[in-house]
Amino acid sequence: MKIDISKGILAHNDALAEENRQLFKESGTFVVDLMASPGAGKTSTILATIAALRDRYRIAVIEGDIASRVDAEKISRHGIPAVQINTGGACHLESAMIRRAAGALDLDEIDLLIIENVGNLVCPTDFDLGEHAKVMILSVPEGDDKPLKYPGIFAISEAVILNKCDTMSVFDFNRESFDEVVKGLNPTAPIFPISATKGDGVDAWCDWLTARIEAMRAAE
Amino acid sequence: MHEMGICDGILKSALEAAEAEGATRINHIDVTFGELTQIVEDALQFAFEVQRADTIAAEATLGITILEGRSRCMDCSAEFKHDRYEVKCPECGSYLCSLIQGRELRIDSIDVD
Ligand SMILES: Nc1nc2c(ncn2[C@@H]2O[C@H](COP(=O)(O)OP(=O)(O)OP(=O)(O)O)[C@@H](O)[C@H]2O)c(=O)[nH]1
Ligand SMILES: [Mg+2]
Ligand SMILES: [Zn+2]
Repeated sequence: MKIDISKGILAHNDALAEENRQLFKESGTFVVDLMASPGAGKTSTILATIAALRDRYRIAVIEGDIASRVDAEKISRHGIPAVQINTGGACHLESAMIRRAAGALDLDEIDLLIIENVGNLVCPTDFDLGEHAKVMILSVPEGDDKPLKYPGIFAISEAVILNKCDTMSVFDFNRESFDEVVKGLNPTAPIFPISATKGDGVDAWCDWLTARIEAMRAAE
Repeated sequence: MHEMGICDGILKSALEAAEAEGATRINHIDVTFGELTQIVEDALQFAFEVQRADTIAAEATLGITILEGRSRCMDCSAEFKHDRYEVKCPECGSYLCSLIQGRELRIDSIDVD
């Protein structure tokens, strides 16, 4: 006997993501999911973003890692609330993990919640967390051919941060061909060249983020 | 890769539906994926072979249908198929296109006794 099911395989994750979205809406919290390879500079970019926006917004961070509390401790040291999620081997965050982590934060007191996803260019792309924007970071040493090898993550990101631009000449990174391929995959995504540890370019990225936060507030 | 997690979702839905119908054995499961998702077909078949053990789907087969990427051009309304690397209108060259197919992750039906 044949039984018709016709249902999304990630229906459970998507339903919980929708609930998260509702929670964030009620508390007026803008949520951005940062995705990148291990070591691309997610934590450094978050720290630079905190430095630029902490006077304007109340910020908190959810750190996703396979193991350890290192990144959450780095954030906490700056007086910013940080919750660590250890996925215990899983290569991406899911909406249920975000729900649990958000439970440890006072969302009503948070304007901007930044999620550092697990270092991975493949798996996080299929999972809705209930965030307002998915943004990816590629670092220059990874090479300008990465959009060709990992098109999925470039296609679904609303903005692309190109980090470690201070190393551009050392790694012979071809900005033109990088930009062209990214445009083919995602014509509306802006590209923000930055050096997270030096602070270069962080303003343009933060202006974009601020515009998105204010647009969300205006819509409410 | 997250085929293990995807496969877990497939088996959960299949077992739930089979149980609701009082079935004792699942013979076959049909699923559909968009070409633009991150699923690797072989990895999914492998995950399925591992995870079906000790369930009423222990001898079930997995049928995978893959849907090509399709978009509609927002400038000239042309509809066209494309791979995951470039979404560009073949009629007018525009990059402003909206995806109409290719990101599906769906369980369609099961065959049970
Ligand atoms: N030269 C240079 N180095 C950077 C820059 N940003 C980050 N780094 C260095 O890159 C390394 C990794 O940075 P993190 O911010 O920890 O990267 P991450 O993506 O959070 O790493 P994981 O969480 O371990 O995946 C550190 O040694 C940083 O100092 C940059 O703009 N320029
Ligand atoms: Mg980090
Ligand atoms: Zn067109």
